[in-house]
Amino acid sequence: MIRIEARDTQSLAWNLGLPVISATLALLLAAIPLTLAGAPIGESYFYMFMGVFGSKFAFSEMLTRATPLIFTGLAAALAFRAKLWNIGAEGQLYLGAMAAAAIGTGVFDVSGIILIPTIIVFGCAAGAIGMIVPAALKIRFDADEVVTTLLLNFIIVIFLQYMLEGPLKDPMGLGWPQSSPIMDQGMLPKVMERMRIHYGIFIALLCAAVAQFMLIRSVWGFKLRAVGENMHAARHAGLPINSSLLTVAAISGALAGLAGVSEVAGLKGYLTADLSPGFGYTGIVVAMLAGLSPAGVVIAALFIASVFVGADSMSRAMGVSSYLADLVVSAALLCVLLGGFLTKYKIISVASQSGSSR
Amino acid sequence: MNYKKVLSLKNLSKSFGRIVANQDVSLDLYQGEILALLGENGAGKTTLMNMLFGHYIPDSGHIEVADETGHFSELTLGNPQGAIAAGIGMVHQHFTLAENLDAVDNITLGAEPLRSLRRNRSKAEKKIQYLIDNSGLSAPLNIPVGRLTVGERQRVEILKALYRNVRILVLDEPTAVLTPQEADTLFENIAAMAADSLSVIFISHKLREVLAFSHRISVLRLGKNVGEIDTSEADEQKIASLMVGTKTSHPERMVTSVGSPVLRLENLSIAGRGRRDSLKNINLTVFSGEILGVAGVSGNGQAPLAGLISGMLRPEAGQIILDNQEVKQINPAEMIAKRVGRIPEDRHRDGIVGSMSVAENLIIEGLNEKKFQNYGMLKRENISKHAEALLTDYDVRGPGSAAPAQLLSGGNIQKLILARVFHEKPLLILANQPTRGLDMGAAADVAHRLIEARDRGAGIILISEDLDEILRLADRILVMHDGAFVETETRDRAELGLLMAGQAA
Ligand SMILES: Nc1ncnc2c1ncn2[C@@H]1O[C@H](COP(=O)(O)OP(=O)(O)OP(=O)(O)O)[C@@H](O)[C@H]1O
Ligand SMILES: [Mg+2]
Repeated sequence: MIRIEARDTQSLAWNLGLPVISATLALLLAAIPLTLAGAPIGESYFYMFMGVFGSKFAFSEMLTRATPLIFTGLAAALAFRAKLWNIGAEGQLYLGAMAAAAIGTGVFDVSGIILIPTIIVFGCAAGAIGMIVPAALKIRFDADEVVTTLLLNFIIVIFLQYMLEGPLKDPMGLGWPQSSPIMDQGMLPKVMERMRIHYGIFIALLCAAVAQFMLIRSVWGFKLRAVGENMHAARHAGLPINSSLLTVAAISGALAGLAGVSEVAGLKGYLTADLSPGFGYTGIVVAMLAGLSPAGVVIAALFIASVFVGADSMSRAMGVSSYLADLVVSAALLCVLLGGFLTKYKIISVASQSGSSR
Repeated sequence: MNYKKVLSLKNLSKSFGRIVANQDVSLDLYQGEILALLGENGAGKTTLMNMLFGHYIPDSGHIEVADETGHFSELTLGNPQGAIAAGIGMVHQHFTLAENLDAVDNITLGAEPLRSLRRNRSKAEKKIQYLIDNSGLSAPLNIPVGRLTVGERQRVEILKALYRNVRILVLDEPTAVLTPQEADTLFENIAAMAADSLSVIFISHKLREVLAFSHRISVLRLGKNVGEIDTSEADEQKIASLMVGTKTSHPERMVTSVGSPVLRLENLSIAGRGRRDSLKNINLTVFSGEILGVAGVSGNGQAPLAGLISGMLRPEAGQIILDNQEVKQINPAEMIAKRVGRIPEDRHRDGIVGSMSVAENLIIEGLNEKKFQNYGMLKRENISKHAEALLTDYDVRGPGSAAPAQLLSGGNIQKLILARVFHEKPLLILANQPTRGLDMGAAADVAHRLIEARDRGAGIILISEDLDEILRLADRILVMHDGAFVETETRDRAELGLLMAGQAA
């Protein structure tokens, strides 16, 4: 029989080494399906590596992929720190994207240099509302935010489909459910010529830096940590629990909304219903992998983006399914969760405990 | 008493970073013996017992245990399951119960395979009932543990250890949360179990029970053995001088004149979920310059009274008048703003955020002060300076102001909270079991500070199950029973005891 015991001490080295070990373990685990698919391991990982670091273009593709993941990873990390379980980043991303598409295609009469800031502000606001509502329901009616945010995702996607068939539909789009293109002044600048990477990455890094700084150094971050880590003591100390939850909800939603803004106004230039291949959900993986630290989110997002982009290019080179990328990412999450569990608990096989030796 | 050795700790050492918690500590235990392990807060008592129980792995040294036949073998270090298999049980200083489960589930959790738990519940209940009958430790078995009083939770913890058929029982401050009567009952039963060959190590700061119930006393100071003495040859002064090297004195309480009312509760009622959560039409006045002692067995309304004054609970009826103004918004922030200092009963749950630093915990109630923040940004230098000063002033020992508060020893966590409260020079102080778990010196220090605050004009509500403490400190005594107050002039222990039991004297 196996038993689980809480550890009294948690080693710092473990906490720091954990992400690295999990990542390595995940890659090792992924070797199993690769072998089953008949691909030589060494060669596969070589192509995977080259798919990320092989050229400037490859690298820029990885950064492009990491950008939305940093946003959604931050959204999850901050909310989770306050024990507010925002599973709805996917929906909030689309709210931000719809706001960006609407403003960027000229719903309001804004243009010129204020267009980009307007898009960003409205995108953030839309995402924020998408999370404030579930948080308010939690505070007011004790409604479980896991359920409400998850369900909102489906509602928002249906709303999106309606918008793309109706008000936002591109009249020149040959009937495809997509929005009109964003005006040129509304597009985030590109970082480099002939590459897809755009200024969204800088906004994402800035957000991560600010989040990290505010979490540790600001009164707001102090309250958020206290509320998340011991609600009873926070309440006893007179900290405003509800307003802490509402502000973190707004910020979390706004960050997810920014992911949508950056994809529409940075990368694609128009809105479709398949804008996000689950960036909102992957953001949760990123946040967990990062141990809910904003700085860690950047690293975790880069890692996961590398796996996705690398696996894509490997699958093209080796002729195996690109679903392998999903496998590596899931394996990484499992390894992290298991590793995190092992830093807090230890598993003891009762059969092997004779308890004495002579 | 026989002299068959059952346990031998040999030269155990353990450091946490720079802190040497135990250095070369040795300890023997004999069959049927009750050994008291004493020492100041932070002396390393809990750490030593945690090594015995396998929670910590010693840096050096080893542990030998005898099996039923008296045969000695070495205990695998760092393995709680091994310790349990060797017949060692431990009751921790802080609660380890799952709040949403009831006592039966908590007690059987881990002892029985989960699968068979439901099926064998009645069997388990029978065994627990048997243990209760034999130990006198009763607690409601079928309501979630989160709703039990601290005293009841402690009894569940002890039952949980007993349930595992231990031969060696370690109790880390088992009576810290019990009334003297409950403590006496507990020890009478422990003594009976010891006579029946159970060996017991208990940690306590209460010399009265140590002298009354232990056979032998071992003292730690700054992580080292400093002496062992047969209880028959010990007295308070001898022990105290072993523990701290000097003698401590209880502060003298001079009678002073009381001032104007600082707190008035008028016709207050709270209808909680049950008797233990309710207050029935309470009237209470606390004057400036007095210590009002609230005596009573826990579970008689102290919790809602404390909840009310700390702002955690809102009354259904009646009003709170603080400093001649009615408090309209009853919440913790408002109470803090009105200069009410609160020392919570459950320090781990309500008093600190364990994963945040000692310094952060010291300012958690003063976040809005200009000293600690500027435009919403924390002034880290001031915060850590503030912490260093308080740690020195209040003699909080441990791994420093930047370390997570949960690394402090139990008594030092309490000192952290005291520092936070007293430093603000509050108008009204709610002290809910303030000396629980403190060593003699620290407890005397709290008494000094309470008296000092009183003399400066603060009104103090001292809720305590320790009658000696109430008799020593309180200017006026109220007894709580069944959600209501009984005012009394008497200072007679027996009479107070009767009132606490709800019998008119
Ligand atoms: N995990 C840990 N990491 C760092 N320091 C620790 C840890 N555990 C205990 N300490 C430190 O070791 C010292 C001894 O602590 P211990 O808990 O053994 O004291 P104690 O004698 O039980 O005190 P008390 O009477 O207050 O419960 C303290 O200074 C404490 O801060
Ligand atoms: Mg201790």
